[in-house]
Amino acid sequence: MSAEERTIATGVTVEPAQEAPAESEELLTINFGPHHPATHGVLRLLVTLRGEEVLDAHPYIGYVHTGIEKSCEDKSYWKVIPLVERMDYLAYYFNAMAFCMAVERLLDEEVPARAQYLRVIHCELNRIHSHLVWLGTSALDLGAISIFWYCFRERDKVLDLFEYSSGQRMHTRYVQVGGVIEDIPAGWAEKALAFTYEMEERVGQYEAMLDRNEIFLQRTKHVGIVPEQRLLALGVTGPLLRAAGNPWDLRKAAPYSSYDDFDFRIPVGTVGDCYDRYRVRVAEIRESCAIVRQAIEGLPEGPYITTNRKVALPPRHELATSMEALIHHFKLVTEGFRVPPGEAYLPIEGPRGELGCFVVADGSAKPARVHMRDPSFVNLQALREMVVGGYVADMITNLAMLDPILGGIDR
Amino acid sequence: MPDATGLELIAHDLGEQVPGSVTGTEHYRGIATLIVDPGRVVAALRWLRDTPNQAYAFLASLHGSDYLPESPRFGVHYELLNMDRVERLHVKALLEEPGDGELPELDSCVELFPTADFQERELYDMFGIRFRGHPDLRRILMPEEYEGWPQRRDFPVGGEPVLFTHNEHRTPRWYE
Repeated sequence: MSAEERTIATGVTVEPAQEAPAESEELLTINFGPHHPATHGVLRLLVTLRGEEVLDAHPYIGYVHTGIEKSCEDKSYWKVIPLVERMDYLAYYFNAMAFCMAVERLLDEEVPARAQYLRVIHCELNRIHSHLVWLGTSALDLGAISIFWYCFRERDKVLDLFEYSSGQRMHTRYVQVGGVIEDIPAGWAEKALAFTYEMEERVGQYEAMLDRNEIFLQRTKHVGIVPEQRLLALGVTGPLLRAAGNPWDLRKAAPYSSYDDFDFRIPVGTVGDCYDRYRVRVAEIRESCAIVRQAIEGLPEGPYITTNRKVALPPRHELATSMEALIHHFKLVTEGFRVPPGEAYLPIEGPRGELGCFVVADGSAKPARVHMRDPSFVNLQALREMVVGGYVADMITNLAMLDPILGGIDR
Repeated sequence: MPDATGLELIAHDLGEQVPGSVTGTEHYRGIATLIVDPGRVVAALRWLRDTPNQAYAFLASLHGSDYLPESPRFGVHYELLNMDRVERLHVKALLEEPGDGELPELDSCVELFPTADFQERELYDMFGIRFRGHPDLRRILMPEEYEGWPQRRDFPVGGEPVLFTHNEHRTPRWYE
């Protein structure tokens, strides 16, 4: 084999693309989705193509709109929690937490320190879970199928922890107004601690598989760069913004719950391409492990839910002996608690960015309005600017690294 | 969040620069609310965004609410954020219901904050608030041919018939 033939065989040098023949100058408008595995849900994109080049892309959404916000207006406050959890179905602890924090703000209710820590532990585990699902499905889109199995193996361990502490694997209804539904069971803390150590090791293994993978690098490096200022104008938050170099993270910028107590770093990118988005999220898994560990080791003693009987259910054993507890229980279960009139918007840092909950109370036991500012919904607006001018294959990468959850977009 | 005094200062300055724009302030549970005149909302937002010592340059969220039976009936809420000072300002415009089946109208702020694009469409879709000057005001979550404004308080919950095998004979030729 001559030297020239060998170069061709290994395919290292790539010839510059030939001038496109005249017939591919025709524009082609196609529907991408709604039922396409790479759209991560029922997202429909109306894409205009010239050959392989994307000239325009418009998202069409609403295919899984279920009117959750409307249904919330028909439920008493504590019954809203399972509904909002089903919006962004990979970040259920965050949804419930944003809603509960908004209601607590309106009630002016203190949450005990132990409950705050338990919330943080579960939220960070949820963040790991969400990022694992994202990493698995995104790598799958780029052709790396084994990562998918590895990520879902670890994800199952997080779900096991959720099941152990609350009884459900998804949509756990763990966060309650005033605290959490139950203390963690015996042996849970040890399991969670062991998981964080294992997870850190696994993250290293994922990185070893992807970080210097030639195919992965070629698909993600310098793809989908949008300037930081433009991202801010489009309202993009979360890992997408941090990958562009802006260290905006509500856990650090405006610490809520007990994030003040923990020592963690905010990973940021430099270029803002898809590779940076991947690196930022993977680094966040590590930081979440550190937060969970610190929270478990420093878990304060005390009640796990507020002792205000007007808001939180009395302990079960009291019902047999105390008439007052029985009345409180009855009132809470039948009517629920009333919230004084007012409105509050409370943002927290979800896995995809700023997750805000806006609640209007009219003085009754049901909210007059519940609105979720879902980060996927707002971030989706940036998709067009990421993909226009690139190739169809880059659009898949961009969509994967955007991490849209259609349940959250459509609500 | 600006404190109660800071909020009054903002309201005073804004009222001087954009006369008649501020109709009220509210400081409740640590959340600073500026109630602005719906006709001057874009001018007020522009002032809040571009004045150097305000610089609320990030629109975190835009959402609506229906205060039925109160009047004015609709609220359009802008959650502004200054990322350097980590201060949030809640700007609210209250809209009357025009009556006669007309839709309430408000100026669009997409020019100022491109992020408002989808969110104004959602408001139009859910509350029937028409945004003047929006580049592409269509329904976003509901089907395009849908009638009614589902998030309004007088819109009933439920009422959409769901087609199952056991009741498909009641809607003949449903597959067409």
